[in-house]
Amino acid sequence: MSTENKNTEAVIDIKDLKISFGGNEVLKGVSLQLNKEENLVVLGKSGTGKSVLIKCIVRLLKADSGTIEVLGDEVNGAKREELEETRKKIGFLFQSGALYDSMTVKENLEFPLRRIKKDLSEEEISQKVNEVLENVGLPDAIDKMPSELSGGMRKRISLARTIIVDPAIMLYDEPTTGLDPVTSNEISMLINDIQEKYKTASIIITHDIECVRTVADRIIMLKEGEVYKEGSLAEFESDSDPYISSFFKSQSLKNQK
Amino acid sequence: MKQRIPITKMKSYARNKSIALTDTSMESTASLNKFLINLADVFLFIGRVFRNTFSRGFEFKEFLKQCFQIGNKSLGLISVTGLIIGLVLTIQSRPVLVNFGAVNMLPSMVAISLIREMGPVITALICAGKIGSSMGAELGSMRVTEQIEAMEVSSTNPIKFLIVPRVVAATVMIPLLVLYADALGILGSWAGANIKGDVNFVLFITQAFGKVVFMDFIPAFIKTFFFGFVISMVGCYKGFNAGRGTESVGIAANSAVVMASLLVILVDLFAVQITDLLL
Ligand SMILES: Nc1ncnc2c1ncn2[C@@H]1O[C@H](COP(=O)(O)OP(=O)(O)O)[C@@H](O)[C@H]1O
Ligand SMILES: [Mg+2]
Repeated sequence: MSTENKNTEAVIDIKDLKISFGGNEVLKGVSLQLNKEENLVVLGKSGTGKSVLIKCIVRLLKADSGTIEVLGDEVNGAKREELEETRKKIGFLFQSGALYDSMTVKENLEFPLRRIKKDLSEEEISQKVNEVLENVGLPDAIDKMPSELSGGMRKRISLARTIIVDPAIMLYDEPTTGLDPVTSNEISMLINDIQEKYKTASIIITHDIECVRTVADRIIMLKEGEVYKEGSLAEFESDSDPYISSFFKSQSLKNQK
Repeated sequence: MKQRIPITKMKSYARNKSIALTDTSMESTASLNKFLINLADVFLFIGRVFRNTFSRGFEFKEFLKQCFQIGNKSLGLISVTGLIIGLVLTIQSRPVLVNFGAVNMLPSMVAISLIREMGPVITALICAGKIGSSMGAELGSMRVTEQIEAMEVSSTNPIKFLIVPRVVAATVMIPLLVLYADALGILGSWAGANIKGDVNFVLFITQAFGKVVFMDFIPAFIKTFFFGFVISMVGCYKGFNAGRGTESVGIAANSAVVMASLLVILVDLFAVQITDLLL
C-alpha cells in the first residue's frame, strides 16, 4: 500500500458492479467503499443480492462487469495466483456457518491455518487454535463435532475459524440471523471485539437492527440491486422514507390499529 | 451455474427470421439446448477432475479416508449378496445340468457367470446405490451449506480436495470389492452344491477354475475400473453441482443413484460388445 494510517483510505473499493443469473439481474451497478478499521453494515431485505455482493468480493461469484479493488489489487480480472493472495487477506463468515461436518472443531480450525499459513509449526498451530477458541469464549468445544453444537456455538466456531488466519478484512454474512436475542447480542459484541483487537475492516450483512445498532460505523442500504441510501446510523433512524423506517421500526404493531 | 434459455428471446429471433415455430418445436429446441449445455458441463467437469488428478499435490490422506469409507459402507451388503447369488445360481442351474448329465460342469459354469457378469454388475449396482448416493448427498449438503465455498476461500481447491480422492478411491476400490464378491459367490456356490450331497471344497474349487481362462477374467476385471469411475463421477458431479435449497441434497442423491445405475448397465453393454469384437 502507498499511503498508510489514513482512516478514510479505502481497503475495498467497488465500482459499478453488475451481475445477473440467466436473465435475473441481481446487482445493477453497485458502488461502495470500505474504509480502514471501519464496520460497514449492508442492509436490505432478503433476495436483494447482499450475499451475492460479498461473494463477488472474494470471487466466489464472478461479476459480469465493474471493478473490485481489495487493498489495491483488482479482484474481478485477477489471475488465479493473485486471487489466492487476495483471498488470504479476507475472512468470510458464511451465512450458514459452513463448518465442515465431517471434522471436529479442532480440525475445522486447523484447516485454514494449515492451508493458508503453511510455515507454522504444530506448536504454533495448537496455540493459535486455543487462542481463537478463548477469544470466542468456547475453549471446551475443541473436540466436539459440529453436529453437537448449538446454533450460537456454531456461529462462534465459524467466527473463530475465520479470524484464525488474521485477516485484514472481515465479511460477515448475516452473523446473527436465526439466533435468539441474547446470543445475537453476544455475537454482535464479538464482532466489535474482533474489530478492536485485530484492527480489521468489516462488511456486516444483516437485517437485525439490534446488531446494526451495536456494530455500525456506517450503513449502506441496498434495494433491488442498487444502493438505496448511504449514511450513519443516526441519519437512517431519522429518515422519514417509509421503506427505510420500516427497517428501523421496532415497536409492536399489534395494538396500533 | 445452470442457465435457463429464455424462450421469449428465441421466439422473437424466430419471428425476425420468419421461421415458423410451433410450441412443441420451441419446447424441444429449448430442452435440446439444455441437454447440450448440461452435456458440455459434464465434460468440462470431467476435464477439471482429470487435470487436478494429475497435477501436483494429491490429497493422500483424503484418498485413504475415502477408500476406507467405500469399503466400510458396502462390504456387508456385498458379502450377503455375493453369497446368495452364488448359492441361488447353483441351485437353479443344477436341475438343467442334471438333465444333460453334466453336473460336473456346475462349478465352472457358475464360476464363469459370476466372474464375467454377475460379480461385477451386481457389485457395481450395489455401489451405485450406496456410494453414488452417499457422495451425492454428502457433497450436495456441503454445497448447500457453503462448505465448498468455505474451502475455496481457504486456499483449497475443492475439486482437488473433495472430488479427486473420491473418484480415485472408487476406481481403485470397486475392482477390489468385485474380486471379493466373486470369491464369496463361489463360496456360496460351493454351499449350494453341498445341499445335494457332499462336495469336497478343494475339488470344487479345482473344478470351478478348471475351465476359467485368463480371457474370462481380464475383460471383466478391466470393466470394473470403469464402473468405479462412472459411479463416483456421477455421485460427485450431482453433489458438487447441487442447487441452492435444502431439497437439492435429496435430488442430488437420488439422481446420482438413478444415473449411476443406468450408466453401469450401459458401460457393461459396451464392455461386452468390445470384448466380443476383440476375441
Ligand atoms: N449462484 C447463484 N445462481 C443463481 N442465482 C443466484 C445465485 N446466487 C444468488 N442468486 C440469486 O440472486 C438473488 C440474490 O440472492 P442473495 O444475494 O442470496 O440474497 P440476500 O440479499 O438475501 O443475501 C436471489 O434472487 C438468488 O436467487
Ligand atoms: Mg444472503
